Amino acid sequence: MLKRILLLSFVFIISLIIWNCGKGKTSITLAGSTAFQPFAEKLADQYMAIHPEVAITVQGGGSAVGVQSANSGAAQIGMADLVKLPEEAKALTATVVAKDGIAIVVNPQNKITNLTTDQVRDIFNGKINNWKEVGGVDAPITVVSREAGSGTRSSFEQIVGNINLKKDALIQDSNGTIRETVANDANSVGYLSHGLINEKIKPLKVDDQECTTESIIAGKYKLVRPIFLLVKGNLEGEIKNFIDFILSSEGQQTIKSNGLLPAK
Amino acid sequence: MKLISEKGVKRLLMITAFSAISALLLIALFIINEGLPFIFKYGLKEFLFSSDWQPHLGKFGIYPMIVASLWVTLGAMLVGAPLGVAGALFLSEYVPKSVMNIIKPTIELLAAIPSVVYGFIGVMVLAPIIRDNFGGPGLSLLAGSIILGIMILPTVISISIDSILAVPRSYREGSLALGATTWQTIHMVTIKASKSGIIASIILGMGRAIGETMAVIMVAGNSVNIPHSPLDSVRTLTANIALEMSYATGLHRQALFATGVILFIVIIILNSIASVAIRKRMVKK
Repeated sequence: MLKRILLLSFVFIISLIIWNCGKGKTSITLAGSTAFQPFAEKLADQYMAIHPEVAITVQGGGSAVGVQSANSGAAQIGMADLVKLPEEAKALTATVVAKDGIAIVVNPQNKITNLTTDQVRDIFNGKINNWKEVGGVDAPITVVSREAGSGTRSSFEQIVGNINLKKDALIQDSNGTIRETVANDANSVGYLSHGLINEKIKPLKVDDQECTTESIIAGKYKLVRPIFLLVKGNLEGEIKNFIDFILSSEGQQTIKSNGLLPAK
Repeated sequence: MKLISEKGVKRLLMITAFSAISALLLIALFIINEGLPFIFKYGLKEFLFSSDWQPHLGKFGIYPMIVASLWVTLGAMLVGAPLGVAGALFLSEYVPKSVMNIIKPTIELLAAIPSVVYGFIGVMVLAPIIRDNFGGPGLSLLAGSIILGIMILPTVISISIDSILAVPRSYREGSLALGATTWQTIHMVTIKASKSGIIASIILGMGRAIGETMAVIMVAGNSVNIPHSPLDSVRTLTANIALEMSYATGLHRQALFATGVILFIVIIILNSIASVAIRKRMVKK
Protein backbone atom coordinates (compact mmCIF):
# COMPACT_ATOMS: atom_id res chain seq x y z
CA MET A 1 0.00 0.00 0.00
CA LEU A 2 2.73 2.40 1.06
CA LYS A 3 4.70 1.47 -2.03
CA ARG A 4 1.75 2.23 -4.25
CA ILE A 5 1.26 5.66 -2.66
CA LEU A 6 4.95 6.44 -3.10
CA LEU A 7 4.85 5.35 -6.72
CA LEU A 8 1.73 7.38 -7.44
CA SER A 9 3.15 10.54 -5.88
CA PHE A 10 6.38 10.01 -7.80
CA VAL A 11 4.50 9.78 -11.09
CA PHE A 12 2.47 12.83 -10.10
CA ILE A 13 5.58 14.93 -9.41
CA ILE A 14 7.28 13.86 -12.63
CA SER A 15 4.22 14.68 -14.70
CA LEU A 16 3.99 18.08 -12.99
CA ILE A 17 7.57 18.82 -13.92
CA ILE A 18 7.06 17.74 -17.52
CA TRP A 19 3.82 19.70 -17.78
CA ASN A 20 5.55 22.83 -16.51
CA CYS A 21 8.41 22.49 -18.94
CA GLY A 22 6.14 22.04 -21.87
CA LYS A 23 4.30 25.31 -21.52
CA GLY A 24 6.56 27.07 -23.96
CA LYS A 25 7.60 30.03 -21.81
CA THR A 26 10.23 32.47 -22.99
CA SER A 27 13.04 32.22 -20.50
CA ILE A 28 15.59 34.85 -19.56
CA THR A 29 18.59 34.17 -17.32
CA LEU A 30 20.44 36.85 -15.39
CA ALA A 31 23.79 36.18 -13.76
CA GLY A 32 26.49 38.16 -12.01
CA SER A 33 26.79 40.83 -9.33
CA THR A 34 25.71 39.66 -5.89
CA ALA A 35 25.03 43.28 -4.92
CA PHE A 36 22.29 43.59 -7.54
CA GLN A 37 21.05 39.99 -7.29
CA PRO A 38 18.33 40.58 -4.64
CA PHE A 39 17.03 43.58 -6.64
CA ALA A 40 17.02 41.60 -9.87
CA GLU A 41 15.01 38.87 -8.13
CA LYS A 42 12.41 41.34 -6.92
CA LEU A 43 12.17 43.01 -10.33
CA ALA A 44 11.90 39.62 -12.01
CA ASP A 45 9.02 38.64 -9.70
CA GLN A 46 7.19 41.86 -10.50
CA TYR A 47 7.77 41.45 -14.22
CA MET A 48 6.62 37.83 -14.21
CA ALA A 49 3.46 38.83 -12.36
CA ILE A 50 2.56 41.13 -15.26
CA HIS A 51 3.90 38.84 -18.01
CA PRO A 52 3.22 35.24 -16.97
CA GLU A 53 4.51 33.96 -20.31
CA VAL A 54 8.09 34.90 -19.39
CA ALA A 55 10.25 32.92 -16.96
CA ILE A 56 13.18 34.82 -15.47
CA THR A 57 15.95 33.08 -13.54
CA VAL A 58 18.42 35.10 -11.47
CA GLN A 59 21.81 33.73 -10.49
CA GLY A 60 24.69 35.28 -8.54
CA GLY A 61 28.35 34.58 -9.06
CA GLY A 62 29.89 38.05 -8.96
CA SER A 63 30.55 40.76 -11.50
CA ALA A 64 33.29 38.79 -13.26
CA VAL A 65 30.82 35.97 -13.83
CA GLY A 66 28.29 38.51 -15.11
CA VAL A 67 30.65 39.72 -17.84
CA GLN A 68 31.78 36.20 -18.65
CA SER A 69 28.35 34.62 -18.92
CA ALA A 70 26.94 37.45 -21.03
CA ASN A 71 29.86 36.93 -23.41
CA SER A 72 29.58 33.15 -23.54
CA GLY A 73 25.78 33.15 -23.75
CA ALA A 74 25.38 31.20 -20.50
CA ALA A 75 23.08 34.04 -19.42
CA GLN A 76 21.19 36.44 -21.68
CA ILE A 77 21.81 39.30 -19.26
CA GLY A 78 24.99 39.76 -17.22
CA MET A 79 24.98 41.96 -14.13
CA ALA A 80 28.12 43.89 -13.17
CA ASP A 81 28.77 46.55 -10.53
CA LEU A 82 32.09 47.93 -11.69
CA VAL A 83 33.35 51.48 -12.08
CA LYS A 84 35.10 50.59 -15.29
CA LEU A 85 33.97 47.69 -17.42
CA PRO A 86 36.80 45.33 -18.41
CA GLU A 87 38.01 44.82 -22.00
CA GLU A 88 35.88 41.70 -22.49
CA ALA A 89 32.74 43.77 -21.99
CA LYS A 90 33.48 46.16 -24.88
CA ALA A 91 31.45 44.11 -27.32
CA LEU A 92 28.42 43.97 -25.03
CA THR A 93 25.55 46.42 -24.88
CA ALA A 94 25.74 47.95 -21.40
CA THR A 95 22.80 49.67 -19.73
CA VAL A 96 23.13 51.46 -16.40
CA VAL A 97 20.04 50.43 -14.40
CA ALA A 98 20.99 51.69 -10.94
CA LYS A 99 23.72 53.31 -8.89
CA ASP A 100 25.16 52.20 -5.61
CA GLY A 101 27.14 54.19 -3.07
CA ILE A 102 30.00 52.61 -1.17
CA ALA A 103 29.94 53.75 2.44
CA ILE A 104 33.04 53.84 4.65
CA VAL A 105 31.75 52.49 7.94
CA VAL A 106 33.02 52.37 11.52
CA ASN A 107 31.69 51.18 14.83
CA PRO A 108 29.12 53.58 16.42
CA GLN A 109 31.44 53.97 19.44
CA ASN A 110 34.00 55.63 17.19
CA LYS A 111 33.92 59.43 17.62
CA ILE A 112 35.26 60.14 14.12
CA THR A 113 32.72 61.48 11.63
CA ASN A 114 34.77 62.47 8.61
CA LEU A 115 37.78 61.22 6.66
CA THR A 116 39.43 62.67 3.58
CA THR A 117 40.09 60.47 0.55
CA ASP A 118 43.80 60.60 1.35
CA GLN A 119 43.19 59.44 4.90
CA VAL A 120 41.02 56.56 3.65
CA ARG A 121 43.80 55.56 1.25
CA ASP A 122 46.49 55.76 3.97
CA ILE A 123 44.39 53.72 6.41
CA PHE A 124 43.75 50.92 3.91
CA ASN A 125 47.40 50.98 2.78
CA GLY A 126 48.62 50.72 6.37
CA LYS A 127 50.30 54.14 6.49
CA ILE A 128 47.92 55.31 9.22
CA ASN A 129 47.64 52.63 11.89
CA ASN A 130 46.16 54.45 14.87
CA TRP A 131 42.87 56.33 15.20
CA LYS A 132 44.62 59.23 16.98
CA GLU A 133 46.41 60.09 13.70
CA VAL A 134 43.04 61.06 12.20
CA GLY A 135 41.72 62.73 15.33
CA GLY A 136 40.28 59.78 17.23
CA VAL A 137 41.21 57.91 20.39
CA ASP A 138 44.56 56.18 20.88
CA ALA A 139 43.69 52.74 19.50
CA PRO A 140 45.00 50.62 16.65
CA ILE A 141 42.90 50.58 13.47
CA THR A 142 41.52 47.24 12.32
CA VAL A 143 41.01 47.39 8.57
CA VAL A 144 38.33 45.13 7.10
CA SER A 145 38.19 44.58 3.34
CA ARG A 146 36.59 42.29 0.77
CA GLU A 147 38.24 39.36 -1.02
CA ALA A 148 40.14 39.83 -4.28
CA GLY A 149 37.75 39.82 -7.23
CA SER A 150 34.82 41.39 -5.42
CA GLY A 151 33.08 44.13 -7.41
CA THR A 152 32.69 46.30 -4.32
CA ARG A 153 36.40 46.02 -3.57
CA SER A 154 37.58 46.79 -7.08
CA SER A 155 35.18 49.77 -7.32
CA PHE A 156 36.37 51.03 -3.93
CA GLU A 157 40.02 50.69 -4.89
CA GLN A 158 39.52 52.35 -8.27
CA ILE A 159 37.64 55.34 -6.90
CA VAL A 160 39.99 55.96 -3.97
CA GLY A 161 42.97 55.19 -6.18
CA ASN A 162 46.47 53.79 -5.51
CA ILE A 163 45.28 51.28 -2.94
CA ASN A 164 47.72 48.54 -2.05
CA LEU A 165 45.84 46.88 0.78
CA LYS A 166 47.92 46.31 3.89
CA LYS A 167 48.86 42.72 4.59
CA ASP A 168 47.15 42.25 7.93
CA ALA A 169 43.76 43.63 6.88
CA LEU A 170 40.92 41.27 7.77
CA ILE A 171 39.13 39.84 4.73
CA GLN A 172 35.39 39.10 4.75
CA ASP A 173 33.52 37.60 1.84
CA SER A 174 30.28 39.57 1.79
CA ASN A 175 28.72 42.93 2.63
CA GLY A 176 26.87 41.27 5.50
CA THR A 177 29.93 39.83 7.22
CA ILE A 178 31.74 43.16 6.85
CA ARG A 179 28.83 44.77 8.66
CA GLU A 180 28.94 42.18 11.46
CA THR A 181 32.71 42.53 11.89
CA VAL A 182 32.56 46.32 12.08
CA ALA A 183 29.56 46.20 14.42
CA ASN A 184 31.48 43.91 16.78
CA ASP A 185 34.85 45.63 16.83
CA ALA A 186 35.07 49.18 18.19
CA ASN A 187 38.35 49.91 16.36
CA SER A 188 37.49 48.62 12.92
CA VAL A 189 36.80 50.33 9.63
CA GLY A 190 35.34 48.76 6.49
CA TYR A 191 33.30 49.58 3.41
CA LEU A 192 30.02 48.24 2.10
CA SER A 193 27.09 48.91 -0.17
CA HIS A 194 25.16 52.04 0.85
CA GLY A 195 21.88 50.11 0.93
CA LEU A 196 23.08 47.89 3.77
CA ILE A 197 23.80 50.56 6.38
CA ASN A 198 21.90 50.00 9.61
CA GLU A 199 22.01 51.27 13.19
CA LYS A 200 24.77 48.84 14.20
CA ILE A 201 27.38 50.67 12.14
CA LYS A 202 28.16 54.32 11.39
CA PRO A 203 28.84 55.64 7.88
CA LEU A 204 31.53 58.33 7.70
CA LYS A 205 31.54 61.47 5.64
CA VAL A 206 34.15 61.38 2.92
CA ASP A 207 35.68 64.78 2.09
CA ASP A 208 32.86 66.33 4.17
CA GLN A 209 30.15 64.75 2.02
CA GLU A 210 27.60 62.53 3.69
CA CYS A 211 26.79 59.13 2.25
CA THR A 212 23.08 59.68 1.78
CA THR A 213 20.73 59.10 -1.13
CA GLU A 214 20.33 62.85 -1.69
CA SER A 215 24.05 63.54 -1.68
CA ILE A 216 24.73 60.67 -4.09
CA ILE A 217 22.01 61.78 -6.51
CA ALA A 218 23.34 65.34 -6.35
CA GLY A 219 26.72 63.93 -7.38
CA LYS A 220 28.49 65.22 -4.26
CA TYR A 221 29.43 61.93 -2.67
CA LYS A 222 32.42 60.44 -4.39
CA LEU A 223 32.25 56.69 -3.81
CA VAL A 224 29.54 55.72 -6.27
CA ARG A 225 29.53 52.91 -8.77
CA PRO A 226 27.07 52.18 -11.58
CA ILE A 227 25.33 48.86 -11.94
CA PHE A 228 25.34 47.59 -15.49
CA LEU A 229 23.19 45.07 -17.29
CA LEU A 230 25.17 43.55 -20.13
CA VAL A 231 23.59 42.03 -23.21
CA LYS A 232 25.28 40.47 -26.19
CA GLY A 233 24.17 42.13 -29.43
CA ASN A 234 21.31 44.63 -29.58
CA LEU A 235 18.48 44.93 -27.12
CA GLU A 236 15.42 43.26 -28.56
CA GLY A 237 12.40 41.13 -27.77
CA GLU A 238 11.65 40.10 -24.19
CA ILE A 239 15.11 41.11 -23.01
CA LYS A 240 14.52 44.67 -24.15
CA ASN A 241 11.06 44.64 -22.57
CA PHE A 242 12.49 43.49 -19.24
CA ILE A 243 15.26 46.11 -19.21
CA ASP A 244 12.71 48.76 -20.21
CA PHE A 245 10.61 47.64 -17.25
CA ILE A 246 13.57 48.05 -14.89
CA LEU A 247 14.17 51.56 -16.26
CA SER A 248 10.47 52.46 -16.03
CA SER A 249 9.31 54.51 -13.07
CA GLU A 250 7.83 51.39 -11.45
CA GLY A 251 11.08 49.45 -11.71
CA GLN A 252 13.17 52.37 -10.53
CA GLN A 253 10.81 52.81 -7.58
CA THR A 254 11.47 49.18 -6.56
CA ILE A 255 15.19 49.81 -6.78
CA LYS A 256 14.92 52.99 -4.75
CA SER A 257 12.69 51.63 -2.01
CA ASN A 258 15.05 48.75 -1.38
CA GLY A 259 18.18 50.80 -0.84
CA LEU A 260 19.82 51.29 -4.23
CA LEU A 261 19.75 54.53 -6.20
CA PRO A 262 17.88 55.04 -9.45
CA ALA A 263 19.94 55.27 -12.63
CA LYS A 264 18.97 58.87 -13.41
CA MET B 1 18.79 -19.74 -9.03
CA LYS B 2 20.36 -19.22 -5.65
CA LEU B 3 23.84 -19.13 -7.19
CA ILE B 4 22.90 -16.47 -9.70
CA SER B 5 21.54 -14.12 -7.08
CA GLU B 6 24.65 -14.78 -4.99
CA LYS B 7 26.82 -13.65 -7.89
CA GLY B 8 24.52 -10.76 -8.65
CA VAL B 9 24.81 -9.45 -5.12
CA LYS B 10 28.57 -9.75 -5.25
CA ARG B 11 28.71 -7.83 -8.50
CA LEU B 12 26.36 -5.16 -7.20
CA LEU B 13 28.46 -4.65 -4.09
CA MET B 14 31.59 -4.54 -6.18
CA ILE B 15 30.15 -1.79 -8.37
CA THR B 16 29.17 0.20 -5.28
CA ALA B 17 32.63 -0.17 -3.79
CA PHE B 18 34.35 0.85 -6.99
CA SER B 19 32.11 3.86 -7.51
CA ALA B 20 33.36 5.22 -4.17
CA ILE B 21 36.96 4.73 -5.21
CA SER B 22 36.40 6.14 -8.66
CA ALA B 23 34.80 9.23 -7.16
CA LEU B 24 38.01 9.82 -5.21
CA LEU B 25 40.08 9.20 -8.32
CA LEU B 26 37.95 11.53 -10.42
CA ILE B 27 38.19 14.31 -7.86
CA ALA B 28 41.96 13.91 -7.64
CA LEU B 29 42.31 13.85 -11.43
CA PHE B 30 40.07 16.88 -11.86
CA ILE B 31 41.96 19.00 -9.30
CA ILE B 32 45.33 17.96 -10.70
CA ASN B 33 44.22 18.52 -14.27
CA GLU B 34 43.00 22.04 -13.46
CA GLY B 35 45.79 23.01 -11.09
CA LEU B 36 48.99 21.41 -12.34
CA PRO B 37 49.31 23.34 -15.63
CA PHE B 38 49.21 26.56 -13.60
CA ILE B 39 51.98 25.37 -11.28
CA PHE B 40 54.21 24.55 -14.27
CA LYS B 41 53.42 27.86 -15.94
CA TYR B 42 53.92 29.98 -12.85
CA GLY B 43 56.80 28.05 -11.30
CA LEU B 44 56.51 25.76 -8.29
CA LYS B 45 59.08 27.61 -6.22
CA GLU B 46 57.48 31.00 -6.80
CA PHE B 47 54.02 29.57 -6.06
CA LEU B 48 55.03 27.82 -2.84
CA PHE B 49 57.53 30.23 -1.32
CA SER B 50 56.49 33.71 -2.40
CA SER B 51 54.33 35.54 0.10
CA ASP B 52 52.71 37.90 -2.42
CA TRP B 53 49.08 36.95 -3.09
CA GLN B 54 47.66 39.67 -5.33
CA PRO B 55 45.50 38.02 -7.97
CA HIS B 56 44.65 41.27 -9.77
CA LEU B 57 48.38 41.92 -10.31
CA GLY B 58 49.03 38.33 -11.35
CA LYS B 59 50.97 37.47 -8.20
CA PHE B 60 50.14 34.13 -6.68
CA GLY B 61 52.28 33.13 -3.70
CA ILE B 62 50.65 30.82 -1.16
CA TYR B 63 53.47 30.55 1.38
CA PRO B 64 51.56 32.53 4.07
CA MET B 65 48.56 30.22 3.68
CA ILE B 66 50.62 27.04 3.94
CA VAL B 67 52.20 28.39 7.14
CA ALA B 68 48.79 29.45 8.43
CA SER B 69 47.20 26.06 7.69
CA LEU B 70 49.97 24.28 9.57
CA TRP B 71 49.80 26.66 12.55
CA VAL B 72 46.02 26.49 12.82
CA THR B 73 46.12 22.69 12.67
CA LEU B 74 48.90 22.54 15.26
CA GLY B 75 46.95 24.92 17.48
CA ALA B 76 43.83 22.80 17.14
CA MET B 77 45.87 19.74 18.13
CA LEU B 78 47.24 21.56 21.19
CA VAL B 79 43.70 22.42 22.27
CA GLY B 80 41.84 19.31 21.18
CA ALA B 81 44.23 16.41 21.78
CA PRO B 82 44.93 16.85 25.53
CA LEU B 83 41.30 17.71 26.26
CA GLY B 84 40.04 14.81 24.19
CA VAL B 85 42.41 12.17 25.51
CA ALA B 86 41.98 13.31 29.13
CA GLY B 87 38.22 13.27 28.68
CA ALA B 88 38.33 9.80 27.17
CA LEU B 89 40.47 8.47 30.03
CA PHE B 90 38.17 9.95 32.64
CA LEU B 91 35.05 8.60 30.98
CA SER B 92 36.41 5.11 30.46
CA GLU B 93 38.36 4.64 33.69
CA TYR B 94 36.75 6.70 36.43
CA VAL B 95 33.09 6.92 35.55
CA PRO B 96 30.60 4.05 35.91
CA LYS B 97 29.63 2.53 32.60
CA SER B 98 25.99 3.60 32.86
CA VAL B 99 27.02 7.25 33.16
CA MET B 100 29.46 6.95 30.28
CA ASN B 101 26.72 5.55 28.09
CA ILE B 102 24.89 8.83 28.55
CA ILE B 103 27.87 11.17 28.25
CA LYS B 104 29.56 9.60 25.23
CA PRO B 105 26.61 9.97 22.84
CA THR B 106 26.19 13.51 24.11
CA ILE B 107 29.77 14.34 23.16
CA GLU B 108 29.28 12.66 19.81
CA LEU B 109 26.40 15.04 19.21
CA LEU B 110 29.03 17.80 19.01
CA ALA B 111 30.01 16.30 15.67
CA ALA B 112 26.49 16.84 14.38
CA ILE B 113 26.59 20.61 14.91
CA PRO B 114 27.20 22.29 11.53
CA SER B 115 30.50 24.13 11.21
CA VAL B 116 28.70 27.42 10.46
CA VAL B 117 27.32 27.29 13.99
CA TYR B 118 30.80 26.81 15.44
CA GLY B 119 31.96 29.74 13.33
CA PHE B 120 29.06 31.86 14.50
CA ILE B 121 29.81 31.17 18.16
CA GLY B 122 33.45 31.95 17.44
CA VAL B 123 32.59 35.32 15.90
CA MET B 124 30.02 36.30 18.51
CA VAL B 125 31.60 34.97 21.72
CA LEU B 126 35.21 33.95 21.32
CA ALA B 127 36.54 36.79 19.13
CA PRO B 128 35.31 39.60 21.44
CA ILE B 129 36.81 37.80 24.47
CA ILE B 130 40.18 37.53 22.74
CA ARG B 131 40.02 41.12 21.51
CA ASP B 132 39.16 42.55 24.93
CA ASN B 133 41.65 40.49 26.92
CA PHE B 134 44.65 40.07 24.65
CA GLY B 135 44.26 42.80 22.02
CA GLY B 136 44.48 42.43 18.26
CA PRO B 137 41.49 42.12 15.97
CA GLY B 138 40.05 39.09 17.77
CA LEU B 139 39.48 37.18 14.56
CA SER B 140 42.78 35.38 14.73
CA LEU B 141 44.92 32.27 14.63
CA LEU B 142 44.12 31.73 18.30
CA ALA B 143 40.35 31.90 17.75
CA GLY B 144 40.64 29.49 14.81
CA SER B 145 42.71 27.04 16.84
CA ILE B 146 40.30 27.03 19.77
CA ILE B 147 37.21 26.57 17.60
CA LEU B 148 38.86 23.78 15.58
CA GLY B 149 40.14 22.20 18.81
CA ILE B 150 36.56 21.96 20.05
CA MET B 151 35.35 20.67 16.68
CA ILE B 152 37.76 17.73 16.73
CA LEU B 153 36.87 16.76 20.32
CA PRO B 154 34.11 14.25 19.43
CA THR B 155 36.42 12.43 16.99
CA VAL B 156 39.28 12.25 19.47
CA ILE B 157 37.12 11.29 22.44
CA SER B 158 34.96 8.62 20.88
CA ILE B 159 37.78 6.79 19.07
CA SER B 160 40.04 7.03 22.11
CA ILE B 161 37.32 5.60 24.35
CA ASP B 162 36.80 2.70 21.96
CA SER B 163 40.49 1.84 21.94
CA ILE B 164 40.84 2.21 25.72
CA LEU B 165 37.86 -0.04 26.30
CA ALA B 166 39.41 -2.59 23.95
CA VAL B 167 42.31 -3.09 26.39
CA PRO B 168 41.68 -6.50 27.99
CA ARG B 169 40.42 -6.45 31.57
CA SER B 170 43.13 -8.86 32.58
CA TYR B 171 45.81 -6.19 31.93
CA ARG B 172 44.22 -3.83 34.42
CA GLU B 173 43.53 -6.59 36.92
CA GLY B 174 47.15 -7.71 36.70
CA SER B 175 48.38 -4.20 37.35
CA LEU B 176 46.01 -3.61 40.23
CA ALA B 177 46.90 -6.98 41.73
CA LEU B 178 50.56 -5.92 41.77
CA GLY B 179 49.56 -3.02 44.00
CA ALA B 180 49.44 -0.21 41.42
CA THR B 181 47.00 2.64 42.01
CA THR B 182 44.32 3.51 39.44
CA TRP B 183 46.40 6.34 37.99
CA GLN B 184 49.52 4.15 37.84
CA THR B 185 47.51 1.50 36.04
CA ILE B 186 46.18 4.08 33.59
CA HIS B 187 49.43 5.67 32.58
CA MET B 188 51.62 2.59 32.74
CA VAL B 189 49.27 -0.05 31.36
CA THR B 190 46.07 1.26 29.77
CA ILE B 191 47.57 4.15 27.81
CA LYS B 192 50.50 2.05 26.65
CA ALA B 193 48.21 -0.71 25.43
CA SER B 194 45.81 1.62 23.63
CA LYS B 195 48.45 4.01 22.27
CA SER B 196 47.90 3.24 18.59
CA GLY B 197 44.18 3.85 18.87
CA ILE B 198 44.69 7.13 20.70
CA ILE B 199 47.17 8.31 18.09
CA ALA B 200 44.79 7.28 15.34
CA SER B 201 42.06 9.35 16.96
CA ILE B 202 44.34 12.40 17.06
CA ILE B 203 45.30 11.91 13.41
CA LEU B 204 41.68 11.68 12.33
CA GLY B 205 41.02 14.86 14.29
CA MET B 206 43.95 16.51 12.53
CA GLY B 207 42.48 15.53 9.17
CA ARG B 208 39.26 17.26 10.11
CA ALA B 209 41.08 20.35 11.38
CA ILE B 210 43.18 20.93 8.27
CA GLY B 211 40.25 20.40 5.92
CA GLU B 212 37.73 22.53 7.83
CA THR B 213 36.70 25.61 5.88
CA MET B 214 33.55 27.40 6.96
CA ALA B 215 34.33 27.87 10.65
CA VAL B 216 37.88 28.98 9.85
CA ILE B 217 36.73 31.57 7.29
CA MET B 218 34.44 33.03 9.92
CA VAL B 219 36.88 33.23 12.85
CA ALA B 220 40.41 33.48 11.44
CA GLY B 221 40.11 36.92 9.78
CA ASN B 222 41.48 35.75 6.41
CA SER B 223 44.31 38.22 5.88
CA VAL B 224 47.10 36.88 3.69
CA ASN B 225 49.74 37.28 6.32
CA ILE B 226 52.49 35.19 7.89
CA PRO B 227 51.47 35.20 11.56
CA HIS B 228 53.95 36.55 14.11
CA SER B 229 51.77 35.88 17.12
CA PRO B 230 48.64 33.81 17.84
CA LEU B 231 46.67 37.07 17.82
CA ASP B 232 47.38 37.76 14.15
CA SER B 233 44.72 37.15 11.56
CA VAL B 234 45.49 34.37 9.08
CA ARG B 235 44.08 32.71 5.95
CA THR B 236 44.31 28.94 5.53
CA LEU B 237 44.57 27.08 2.22
CA THR B 238 40.95 25.92 2.41
CA ALA B 239 39.72 29.43 3.23
CA ASN B 240 41.62 30.85 0.26
CA ILE B 241 39.84 28.51 -2.15
CA ALA B 242 36.39 29.06 -0.70
CA LEU B 243 36.70 32.85 -0.36
CA GLU B 244 37.80 33.62 -3.86
CA MET B 245 36.35 30.82 -5.96
CA SER B 246 33.05 32.54 -6.62
CA TYR B 247 34.72 35.54 -8.25
CA ALA B 248 37.79 34.00 -9.80
CA THR B 249 38.27 33.69 -13.54
CA GLY B 250 41.14 32.67 -15.80
CA LEU B 251 44.56 32.44 -14.19
CA HIS B 252 43.16 33.30 -10.75
CA ARG B 253 40.79 30.32 -10.93
CA GLN B 254 43.61 28.01 -11.95
CA ALA B 255 45.68 29.32 -9.05
CA LEU B 256 42.90 28.32 -6.67
CA PHE B 257 42.83 24.82 -8.12
CA ALA B 258 46.60 24.73 -7.71
CA THR B 259 46.03 25.68 -4.06
CA GLY B 260 43.78 22.62 -3.91
CA VAL B 261 46.58 20.45 -5.32
CA ILE B 262 48.96 21.69 -2.62
CA LEU B 263 46.34 21.10 0.09
CA PHE B 264 45.83 17.58 -1.25
CA ILE B 265 49.57 16.92 -1.10
CA VAL B 266 49.92 18.39 2.41
CA ILE B 267 47.12 16.14 3.65
CA ILE B 268 48.61 13.06 1.99
CA ILE B 269 52.02 13.82 3.56
CA LEU B 270 50.52 14.35 7.03
CA ASN B 271 48.46 11.17 6.78
CA SER B 272 51.41 9.09 5.63
CA ILE B 273 53.62 10.39 8.45
CA ALA B 274 50.85 9.55 10.84
CA SER B 275 50.21 6.05 9.58
CA VAL B 276 53.95 5.31 9.57
CA ALA B 277 54.04 6.45 13.20
CA ILE B 278 51.19 4.14 14.08
CA ARG B 279 52.77 1.20 12.32
CA LYS B 280 56.06 1.73 14.13
CA ARG B 281 54.38 1.70 17.50
CA MET B 282 52.42 -1.40 16.59
CA VAL B 283 55.66 -3.16 15.66
CA LYS B 284 57.31 -2.08 18.93
CA LYS B 285 54.40 -3.43 20.90
